[in-house]
Amino acid sequence: MMEFGGYDMPVEYSGILQEHDAVRTRAGMFDVSHMAEFVVEGADASAFLDYLVTNVPSKLDDGQALYTPMCYPTGGTVDDLLIYRQGPQRFMMVVNAANYAKDWEWVNAHAGGFQNLHVTDIAEQTALIAVQGPLALQKLQPLSAVPLAGIEYYHAVFDADIAGTAAHISRTGYTGEDGLELYVAADHALKLWERLAQLGVEPVGLGARDTLRLEARLPLYGHELDQDISPLEAGLGMFVKFDGRGDFIGKDALAAQKAAGLTRKVIGLEVSGGIARAGYDVALGDGESAGYVTSGSYSPTLKKPIALALVSQPQAKIGQEFFVSIRNRQVPAVAVKTPFYRRPPA
Amino acid sequence: MNIPEGLKYTRDHEWMDSKGTVGVTDYAQEALGDVVFVELPAVGRILKSGEAFGVVESVKSVSDLYSPADGVVTAVNDALVGNPELINQDPYEQGWIIRMETTGATEELLDSTAYQHQIEGE
Repeated sequence: MMEFGGYDMPVEYSGILQEHDAVRTRAGMFDVSHMAEFVVEGADASAFLDYLVTNVPSKLDDGQALYTPMCYPTGGTVDDLLIYRQGPQRFMMVVNAANYAKDWEWVNAHAGGFQNLHVTDIAEQTALIAVQGPLALQKLQPLSAVPLAGIEYYHAVFDADIAGTAAHISRTGYTGEDGLELYVAADHALKLWERLAQLGVEPVGLGARDTLRLEARLPLYGHELDQDISPLEAGLGMFVKFDGRGDFIGKDALAAQKAAGLTRKVIGLEVSGGIARAGYDVALGDGESAGYVTSGSYSPTLKKPIALALVSQPQAKIGQEFFVSIRNRQVPAVAVKTPFYRRPPA
Repeated sequence: MNIPEGLKYTRDHEWMDSKGTVGVTDYAQEALGDVVFVELPAVGRILKSGEAFGVVESVKSVSDLYSPADGVVTAVNDALVGNPELINQDPYEQGWIIRMETTGATEELLDSTAYQHQIEGE
């Protein structure tokens, strides 16, 4: 067990490699109830969210979700999150547990400029179980009358029934696999978890959650993103929209960064001869520092060490050779195309 | 928990046999989780008792290996390079790490009963 965002969470159940494999080849479930949910309601809700984040929530349809960074005026990142549109005047934000208090303050500090707006913290009463893997929908289908395969990617069905419990059923995840995330009342979560276990869905801890998201090149706040790293530098430019919308926090700084050209960027590395861990230095062949590793692990799917690193331009390009400093050894690494893993077409 | 009787144990959860073979204990491999990388010393390297001579990495953690005695490395288990999981599967046989010729001082070495007591206290 480890403390994470104020929750005691298991790093592993049966073993990280086995749990990773469960999600890549079968179906695994994660208790990610530590994620925090805020409901944003009112006639100004969509205008407020458009101002708050870099993507454009006002363009969502009912039942649709988007991924978005949320930035400081400097262009650095407050958090990355999901936003669901539950109705024309009702949205749900899902933020990282580690940023829960900071985000709540941030949201409220900017809500003042909007008249018809009400923000509610529903984190405490909301549990979240992610069921991920090629067999996830098949395993879950007997528990619900909702045709699960009919839920489009990044869409959700709200207030549906799953195993007799009211749930938001969302076709989202953080693993690179197909699957669903189930938002349920906290006091029903254990029953649902046990029901899923009976159906052969294997429990997966934080350890495999990290290796799965890393292979899929999904960012983790505090690693690929933080208050000093912009979403553009993190390679999330497609979630930062400048055109056809109003102002948003960080717009000027991000536009200036884009216009000037990025001075550094997150890239993927394959490492030969050691595991590059977060914080290790990355250098060029001549020993000149190029940056640092933001996340690194052994890839259970590729069976070799992989990493993400924030490195200076113009070296942030595929094929560039680096050396990662691992316990005073200079271990060769090469920049590769990401994601490291892409699921096979269904 | 498998703690063979004929071996000596260190407080750092390593074992050594009468021939100077060194590895990590069943308790250690369990605590480490899936081992995915092992950094081995060069044969011929001279070690001081307590000196870090290598590294075992699992998916989640990096752990140093400490020499149980003064001595010189006479062999390393090259099979671990391609199959680090041998440490999990068979920590006392196929998962051995180095063999050394001891020349002097040793760490405090426990017998299996004393080691059993130590891990029960953890």
